[in-house]
Amino acid sequence: MRYIEHEKVVKRMNGRLITNMLFKGIFMAATALAILVLVILGYRLITQGAGHISMDFLTNFSSRFPEKAGIKAALIGSLWLMAVVAPTSIILGVGSAIYLEEYAKKNKITAFIRINIANLAGVPSIVFGLLGLTIFVRALALGNSILAAGFTMSLLILPVIIVASQEAIRSVPNELRAASLGMGATKWQTIVKIILPAAIPGILTGSILALSRAVGETAPLIVIGIPVIIQFLPTGVLDTFTALPMQIYDWSSRPQQEFQVVAAAGIIILMIFLLLMNSVAVIIRNKFHKRY
Amino acid sequence: MRTSVQEMIAQSKGKKNKKFLEKMIPVILFLIASVSVLTTIGIVVTLVVETITFFTRVSVFDFIFGTTWLPFSNKEQLFGILPLIAGTLKVTLIAVIVAVPIGISSAIYLSEYASDSVRRVIKPVLEVLAGVPTIVYGFFALTFVTPVLQSFFPEIKIFNAISPGIVVGIMIIPMIASLSEDAMSSVPKQIREGALAMGSTKFEVAWKITVPAALSGIIASVVLAVSRAIGETMIVSLAGGSTPKFDGDFTGSIQTMTAYIVQVSKGDAGYGTTIYYSIYAVGFTLFVFTMLMNVLAGYLSKRFREEY
Repeated sequence: MRYIEHEKVVKRMNGRLITNMLFKGIFMAATALAILVLVILGYRLITQGAGHISMDFLTNFSSRFPEKAGIKAALIGSLWLMAVVAPTSIILGVGSAIYLEEYAKKNKITAFIRINIANLAGVPSIVFGLLGLTIFVRALALGNSILAAGFTMSLLILPVIIVASQEAIRSVPNELRAASLGMGATKWQTIVKIILPAAIPGILTGSILALSRAVGETAPLIVIGIPVIIQFLPTGVLDTFTALPMQIYDWSSRPQQEFQVVAAAGIIILMIFLLLMNSVAVIIRNKFHKRY
Repeated sequence: MRTSVQEMIAQSKGKKNKKFLEKMIPVILFLIASVSVLTTIGIVVTLVVETITFFTRVSVFDFIFGTTWLPFSNKEQLFGILPLIAGTLKVTLIAVIVAVPIGISSAIYLSEYASDSVRRVIKPVLEVLAGVPTIVYGFFALTFVTPVLQSFFPEIKIFNAISPGIVVGIMIIPMIASLSEDAMSSVPKQIREGALAMGSTKFEVAWKITVPAALSGIIASVVLAVSRAIGETMIVSLAGGSTPKFDGDFTGSIQTMTAYIVQVSKGDAGYGTTIYYSIYAVGFTLFVFTMLMNVLAGYLSKRFREEY
């Protein structure tokens, strides 16, 4: 007597294998679809906007005439914004991370700070705009200046930098801390001379990725009232300015078709800006990649 | 003269400054760490205070249950938020329909089928998709997705709920894919190998073992993505239009909560006008919606983590 009906098993097994292959195909196709979108997006932008990019585009101010419209004010404005956001957010982020990882006791206050950071990361950026408008623009009377926008953006990306820095600090092995303390170094000396140098690649990578998010954010800038048409360059952090995403938003929302080309050109510049930042982050990550 | 170690220690102990520094540093760092808490308090206080001012002029009942949003009317301003919520939910619904199947499929492919080398290529590409600024997605929705949709369905207007919905969906795919993949890959290998050893196909392992085991993590990723879709601003304000309507129409112009805030911020709503305060009331509603989602997602993923 045969316990296993071979034919039946083969038949069922074939069915199951076909289902497996079918779904493997579906899952692969879904993944490919997401990547395809990226390809279409890139292709569209380049075919639309690349022709408009020229020295004039980079050195002209914006204009009512699409052929004359340039991105100078926005490009310089975004650099100014970074000059405020980078130091502010990195000092606040790394400081918070050092406190949480090295000093904080395991009590309710610490737990509260941690939960708070996680929740803050989920607050929509436009709500940060409302905060910036109320606190920095109005209450502290900074107006729609680089400083007001920079502080708003810094708070927006703060959770990302804190979490990245915490991970970097946590990955420094405890033996290093113990060795340093055992040699008679104080806690702060250990942090400054041992832990931070070891954690810097991770901190920088995370910070650059967070900063590139700040470069692309538009909503908070609109809410705090950053203007678009600006025919001068800022000379200090209390001046008003415009930024790349603001300029792109303005061009995209104009009814004339010609401005779509200008917007696409602006997007290409923005994406180059972001790709440069991201590749710096990747280079840092690869160059200093150390496993203890 | 040589100083002995003991003497050096004694000298060092005498340095008051250093001790002072060591005591001050944790205090300073604590103050820095409390900036994030102050930010949250700042957000809540700002929104609540200005919203209360708004409610001294508009009744809470009319705001929550009103079905007409007409803040710019010359005759009677109406502030019923339901049309804005309807617009937001329309976009979110389309986004979820697009993103959930694709996101979870990618997650299953990456965690169950893909080899290490494939995963190493695809994950960074998905990260790029997540890093594209929303203004770029908005432009893409307006100048590419809408025309393509219109060529298939001519009844779709230039500003509609479908096109921004699809693009918001694309935007949140990486989030669902990577968080779900994290959840799935933390399902212990032994369970998976046990099932394979019993003769299961990879699909059966994925569908009957991994996905159910990682379910709360997967749901948490979807909830987080929904929260992101609700708070998304630039895509909807570029491609969604500015017509707050309380109906079930997806093909015509809509307005979301975020797009309304942008619309008011762009124009000059004078400080102190009811319209000025209305953006805080809308912002507060948006904040409550996303907070609830985030807390729910946090709860779900925590439950998941406790299982193993």
